Amino acid sequence: MSIQDDLPNIRFSDDYFALFELPRKQALDMGELDQRFRRLQSAVHPDRYVQAGETEKRLAMQWATRVNEAYQTLKPAGQRALYLLNLLGFDPQIESNTAMPTAFLVQQMELREEVMAARAAGDENALDAAHQAMRREVAEAQQELIVLIDQRHDFAAAADLVRKLMFQEKLLREINDALEAVTL
Amino acid sequence: MALLQIAEPGESVAPHQHRLAIGIDLGTTNSLVATVRSGMSVVLNDERGHPLLPSVVRYAADGHADVGFTAESAKATDPKNTIVSVKRFMGRSRADIAHVETLPYDFVDADGMVKIKTVAGIKSPVEISADILKTLRARAEASLGGELIGAVITVPAYFDDAQRQATKDAAQLAGLNVLRLLNEPTAAAIAYGLDNAAEGIYAIYDLGGGTFDISILRLAKGIFEVLSTGGDSALGGDDFDHRVFCWIIQQAGLKPLNLHDTRLLQAHAREAKEYLSQHAEAPITVKLSSGEYVDLVLTTDLFTEMTQTLVQKTLSATKKALRDASLSPSEVRGVVMVGGSTRMPQIQRAVGELFKQEPLNNLDPDKVVALGAAMQANLLAGNRAAGDDWLLLDVIPLSLGLETMGGLVEKVIPRNSTIPVARAQEFTTFKDGQTAMSVHVVQGERDLVSVCRSLARFELRGIPPMVAGAARIRVTFQVDADGLLSVSAREQTTGHEARIEVKPSYGLTDEEIATMLKESFSHAKDDASLRALRELQVEAKRLLEAIQSALASDAQILSVDERRQIDAAVAGLTAVVDSEDRSALDAALAKLSAATEEFAARRMNQSVQQALAGKNIDQVTL
Repeated sequence: MSIQDDLPNIRFSDDYFALFELPRKQALDMGELDQRFRRLQSAVHPDRYVQAGETEKRLAMQWATRVNEAYQTLKPAGQRALYLLNLLGFDPQIESNTAMPTAFLVQQMELREEVMAARAAGDENALDAAHQAMRREVAEAQQELIVLIDQRHDFAAAADLVRKLMFQEKLLREINDALEAVTL
Repeated sequence: MALLQIAEPGESVAPHQHRLAIGIDLGTTNSLVATVRSGMSVVLNDERGHPLLPSVVRYAADGHADVGFTAESAKATDPKNTIVSVKRFMGRSRADIAHVETLPYDFVDADGMVKIKTVAGIKSPVEISADILKTLRARAEASLGGELIGAVITVPAYFDDAQRQATKDAAQLAGLNVLRLLNEPTAAAIAYGLDNAAEGIYAIYDLGGGTFDISILRLAKGIFEVLSTGGDSALGGDDFDHRVFCWIIQQAGLKPLNLHDTRLLQAHAREAKEYLSQHAEAPITVKLSSGEYVDLVLTTDLFTEMTQTLVQKTLSATKKALRDASLSPSEVRGVVMVGGSTRMPQIQRAVGELFKQEPLNNLDPDKVVALGAAMQANLLAGNRAAGDDWLLLDVIPLSLGLETMGGLVEKVIPRNSTIPVARAQEFTTFKDGQTAMSVHVVQGERDLVSVCRSLARFELRGIPPMVAGAARIRVTFQVDADGLLSVSAREQTTGHEARIEVKPSYGLTDEEIATMLKESFSHAKDDASLRALRELQVEAKRLLEAIQSALASDAQILSVDERRQIDAAVAGLTAVVDSEDRSALDAALAKLSAATEEFAARRMNQSVQQALAGKNIDQVTL
């Protein structure tokens, strides 16, 4: 066997699914992702290379950075969907395509107004309720993404849904901020 | 036939000596140093048996610095030259410092960080902290009887980049090799988690003399994963003292005080606070320099009432950290209390009510951070015993961003991102023919530049003239495992590459550190260049050792030719490692680094492969 055969594959430039040796699917075993993330970090984290030479220290930082980035991209459903759509050759045009159904926009605006009102009134209970409702909607959208991408391969619909999800997540953050302001 | 020696899993093949490494808790009020001795983490006491070193430095006219108890006793008599709570000034300008008007020092508002004028000259907080660290280093060296290979220094989790960089500079100035900057609550989690084999979600509530941190961690199978962190780097026991101090002045109807009386009243305020941790009321009797007497009684109820907003601030930060981690208080398995200020009964009560459980107080809140830091230092130094292994995954406490048009902030790395982390952002030119661009890096959570902390400003020059919007400038933020930021930028449309690296502006330059070292050595009758040579020799020896151990385990991934080149470079460095010739040493070091570059990359790939193949590191290094 030659030296070359013995060499491991160069994995640094692999895509994130390949990096974790997970299938390119929207449905992801989160426990498995967590476990693989930890195993990889255990191997490459800079804390393992404190006594090593400068080259290895630099490589360790680059590797650990990449493993973190991969994990942060695959963990949230929306980020994962965008990344996956790109890998599958579909451009979700997340920045250029801003058209949204009017009904959805109106609903979002109403919800936002409710949050603002609850915030102004210092109504923690109303904000808590809004928070829970929004978390449910986000969870539903996440489930639907799995169906659209993995089963129906309807990438255009998936991209639309990701855009909605981003609105919902933004609103969730606003509710969080409002809760923070109210409970301060 | 000789028997092959096989090491325990996790131990290196070539058994080496126990490397002396220490953990330092550089506190606002007190500092400590600890080490792992025969597998146990222990705090190292001074020659009189005191574990705590008061973080107080007094400068004399001859340049000598007294650190600790003797300095502390001069607090009231020599207030201008006796610096207490210097940690509050690290990486801060005069405008950032709370209650600055009640402080006795002659501040000099230098560029970036404030400085203090003393009889021994103008001192920066970095130099003052270095004097504290030097004392701890000397204590450790005397106690351990050998040369230290390095130290883990703790910082509040909520310290921003400026404060972290200042701490690292101080350690360097004190001649310490910094193995890692470690967040204080994370250090406490290590000490608590390892001692109690804890698993699950834990909150670390850390209220020190001058800083407050809250960290939420998930502890599972040897992994300490910080989920979120929050706090206030200018809130601590000192503020509780200050409330009492103000109350005394108000109650006694005192006129503006001289420096001596201010320090005296501050000391009495602190004593009263500490007394209330065990008693229902505290008598306050003070004789001022005018001969006037102050005679008051502070009750627990009154103390609780006057400090309620401070306690509330810590609870708000705690709730925010829980929300950032998407957790509710009921999901937290235990709340570990850290820092001397958590002895206050109203703190214990408030935290207990929020989490609906008794806080955990089974570790000494003054020592737990230093003990955890020592454990981490021992691990990083490579002293870990078989099976006794863990990994820390920490986060950055504050978002990093760039100023965009109109004074707004574009967040590039959000808070609570696991480190190390890097993120790139692309920018373009605003005008036709624009050849320069100014980049302003800020840290903080607000959308407006004016309320965030400015970390660095730099100009990118030499952008080839193009029409507006055609240039592509990529700015990359990299935060390393110490939580420290570096920024690089390059123009990428043309082949012309304008690449720069910046360290945020408040950090000391290497030249400044060299000058300071030289100055401090002129007192110590040492020689800065000799010291630099010794450091180079240590570095060379470390590299040689690292490569020997890499060759012992992975030589098979090298071709005969590659192996020959590495062996030659190893021989080259070995030949000069003890010589006094710095340039020869430099050259041999560079040659060995270059010769092993590819080997290092392959080894890293190999360990990634093996990690995913389901083996853990202990099994593969056998």
